[in-house]
Amino acid sequence: MTMLKEGRPTAPAPVEDAHMAPATATGNRALMLEEKLIFEIGSTETTGVDFAQAPLTGSRLGNLARTDVIGLPGLSEQETVRHYTRLSRQNYAIDLGLFPLGSCTMKHNPRLNEKVARMPGFADIHPLQPQSTVQGALGVINELAFWLIELTGMHGVAMTPKAGAHGELCGLLCIRAALEARGDARSVVLVPESAHGTNPATAAFCGYKVEDIPATPEGRVDLEALKARLGPDVAAVMITNPNTCGLFERDMKTISDAVHAAGAFVYCDGANFNAIVGRVRPGDLGVDAMHINLHKTFSTPHGGGGPGSGPVVLSEALAPFGPLPYTARMADGTIHLIEEENVGEEMPRSFGRMSAFHGQMGMFTRALAYILSHGADGLRQVAEDAVLNANYILRSLDDVLDAPFGQSGPCMHEALFSDKGLAEGFTTLDIAKGLIDEGFHPMTMYFPLVVHGAMLVEPTETESKAALDQFILALRSLAERAKAGDDALKGAPYHAPRRRLDETLAARKPVLTWTDPGMV
Amino acid sequence: MRYLPLTDTDRRDMLSFIGASSIDDLFVDVPAQARLPGTIPGLPDHASEMAVERHMARLAKRNLSAGEAPFFLGAGAYRHHIPASVDHLIQRGEFLTAYTPYQPEIAQGTLQVLFEFQTQVARLLGCDVANASMYDGSTACWEAIVMARRVTKRGKALLSSGLHPHYVSVAQTMAKFTGDALAYRAPTLDAATDIDALIGAIDKDTSCVVVQYPDILGRVADLTPLAEAAQAAGALLVAVVTEPVALGAIRAPGSMGADIVVGEGQSIGVGLQFGGPYLGLFACKQKYVRQMPGRLCGETVDASGKRGFVLTLSTREQHIRREKATSNICTNSGLCALAFSVHMTLLGEKGLRDLAGLNHALACQAADRLAQVPGVTLLNDSFFNEFTLILSKDARDVVRTLADKGVLAGVSLGRLFPAAPEIGNGLVVAVTETVTPEDIETLAKALEEELA
Ligand SMILES: Cc1ncc(COP(=O)(O)O)c(C=O)c1O
Repeated sequence: MTMLKEGRPTAPAPVEDAHMAPATATGNRALMLEEKLIFEIGSTETTGVDFAQAPLTGSRLGNLARTDVIGLPGLSEQETVRHYTRLSRQNYAIDLGLFPLGSCTMKHNPRLNEKVARMPGFADIHPLQPQSTVQGALGVINELAFWLIELTGMHGVAMTPKAGAHGELCGLLCIRAALEARGDARSVVLVPESAHGTNPATAAFCGYKVEDIPATPEGRVDLEALKARLGPDVAAVMITNPNTCGLFERDMKTISDAVHAAGAFVYCDGANFNAIVGRVRPGDLGVDAMHINLHKTFSTPHGGGGPGSGPVVLSEALAPFGPLPYTARMADGTIHLIEEENVGEEMPRSFGRMSAFHGQMGMFTRALAYILSHGADGLRQVAEDAVLNANYILRSLDDVLDAPFGQSGPCMHEALFSDKGLAEGFTTLDIAKGLIDEGFHPMTMYFPLVVHGAMLVEPTETESKAALDQFILALRSLAERAKAGDDALKGAPYHAPRRRLDETLAARKPVLTWTDPGMV
Repeated sequence: MRYLPLTDTDRRDMLSFIGASSIDDLFVDVPAQARLPGTIPGLPDHASEMAVERHMARLAKRNLSAGEAPFFLGAGAYRHHIPASVDHLIQRGEFLTAYTPYQPEIAQGTLQVLFEFQTQVARLLGCDVANASMYDGSTACWEAIVMARRVTKRGKALLSSGLHPHYVSVAQTMAKFTGDALAYRAPTLDAATDIDALIGAIDKDTSCVVVQYPDILGRVADLTPLAEAAQAAGALLVAVVTEPVALGAIRAPGSMGADIVVGEGQSIGVGLQFGGPYLGLFACKQKYVRQMPGRLCGETVDASGKRGFVLTLSTREQHIRREKATSNICTNSGLCALAFSVHMTLLGEKGLRDLAGLNHALACQAADRLAQVPGVTLLNDSFFNEFTLILSKDARDVVRTLADKGVLAGVSLGRLFPAAPEIGNGLVVAVTETVTPEDIETLAKALEEELA
């Protein structure tokens, strides 16, 4: 061993003992620091914020002054920064690596968008300021609305829905309002089994009965079965296109024509719009309403569970029924926000308001910056690269993993595999947890429900070929281990902040808030 | 294009690996008539970061931001000072660019935050449990009405006239389609709330009474008698809080007997942002937990026995239960919940009480000063940081004129209740710690001039 004069070793002894890394006294592992709950480290007397002395006045709290101990621990600023920085390091994120969660479109979140959203002119304005003082903000809404309409070839757009599922609700309410306006009460919404859970949940949430549409063996809507089911009780058909098996619904226009002929409407779940943006306009396929997840296709960050934004583009038949409020450009160039009291010409028969204020402004600024950055040419390239990356993954792995619809033609933006062919007792979950050890976020697992042990891989266009190759290497190795019955895989992950977590225990005895152990 | 890493060589190599001769081969399933031959006409091509920033800055400059003017708006969205470390922490990529924590082994950061958030919210609102967030206060309010219907199997909700009119509108929109019956009328300009009238209106069909606290006119009233009356009739009390800072000064709705407490969490940690994204809070009594909408984070252990957190009780949710789910919500307001939780941790109980005390004291000062202006009467006997002034003329016009003079005076009742012109002279004024004595004086002078 090489030593300095003082006897300090300058080169490590060769390591063959990594598997017997000793436990540490703290439970920490170098840069991986265990972090307690704020309730365990903070106190109700500590604060990280200083305030000016309040002027002395009487109290006008209606004899309702709060006198109990609330139980909110505080931390100094330094401790707060450390607490959340440590916690952040227990998260996987796009900023760390490929996040191929199918159906979720985890693409890079450009930092210009964060900067723009924080400009005081956008971040520090109140939704109820007089309209003369927020013309720029109304301009953002109007400009984004224009782009969304052009990109989809639709007639109008409802900007206020707060996420995809809220957009679905908006679309179905438009459909119901349109049907009621013609005195046509219909009670059923048809939804494919492969649809995202929000589709049937939304239909039920606004009072519809949900029925399944069967799929063909090649993974698309069964046109004949659908036609046979259409009738005077069907209000709408909800179709995801590209669908959740990663395939384009070839018969979309025929489906739309049949649905319209039966007096019903076509709702398209646009969560997968990234695959076709700039190349295909849903308006050309006969769609009546489609939500767009700005937090997917248009790159607004997912934030560990939101916020999102789900504008809904609408056909000519549905546009008049869209929600309040909305913007309209006047002849003199000013932009009006049309609220309850001044319902304008564009949506004279609006079904009403579906949330307070005017939508997810903070997402609009980001999405608009994203769209302007790409432009018409860049957005088309987005779809092409997203589809190319997915097909590259599909064809790189379909020799080791079962691709149930691999014979159905090219996939769109996501590649779907199943657990067929894995050794007895090995599951999609094992492969997913193995990916964690390999340094990747797992793909979407067990969705769509129509494929056994589904693994839905969506790389997005913002991954380089080198990143894809690395991912393919990892997934190939895991597939081989699962087929060979490598038992070690069942223990994965080994290297994550936690081993597999007991979800059954969590649900059987729910502990949803912290209780001071001294109090129980 | 700066966000797209593939080179043309990569694209060629990959196409050839797949066995496709061109990218069009990958779009063969799109019917020919729906395939656009080139880029969408009428739209500009890509732009540099600098050009986009310039364009957006130009739009931003066309707004009068709150920091540039004496500012007194509230009515469901409040301007509080947000410590610099809040924004710094929520911009850490590990929080900002993560998805919903579906893989708990590599999402303990988000999950522990949610567990802490749920505990903070439950304690602040005085409830047993809280969920991991909803879209905003207005949608959380409708979800509470639906939950009360599930719990009581009754379909008539009584909405207090003190409930935020946008929340009322959302409920009315949804009720048109679900068939729920809603009883509501616009507020009148009284110092007392409508609690007595609500108590009188409860009957055997009532699923819940929905009451805002402090209410849209800023009034605060003890909810205990209302909770007792509702529960005696087999109905639930739903309390709505749009300014959670208030709960550092006044009693929590849960402690007064509310069964479900929902709210808008924006005022802690989340900026005004022209109305969104905001943060729906949802809390209730333990016995109703399986009827709750939205995601819940729970404590558990991992295979080596270490404490960890997971999303739980998901058999209530759309991805498992589909059309039988308690709600259709999926993506919620995760990052806003983080901002709320960080801000609340910085404040702690002491900071929250100081903040609430400062808000109330400044609001008292402002109310006294403004009530001295000829043509102005103060409506409220009680309030926290927001109160209603009755002006000698239409408040909507006054607000517009003052805005032209660079003073953002408050929210007129004409804007909030366009169908109730009889209360059009009301002006709702919010006073937070961001308001200075000079701002109050400027507003008083401007009102004096305008009402002279
Ligand atoms: C296909 C599909 N539809 C709908 C949704 C719901 O969107 P959100 O989570 O924004 O409500 C999602 C995403 O989760 C999805 O993947």
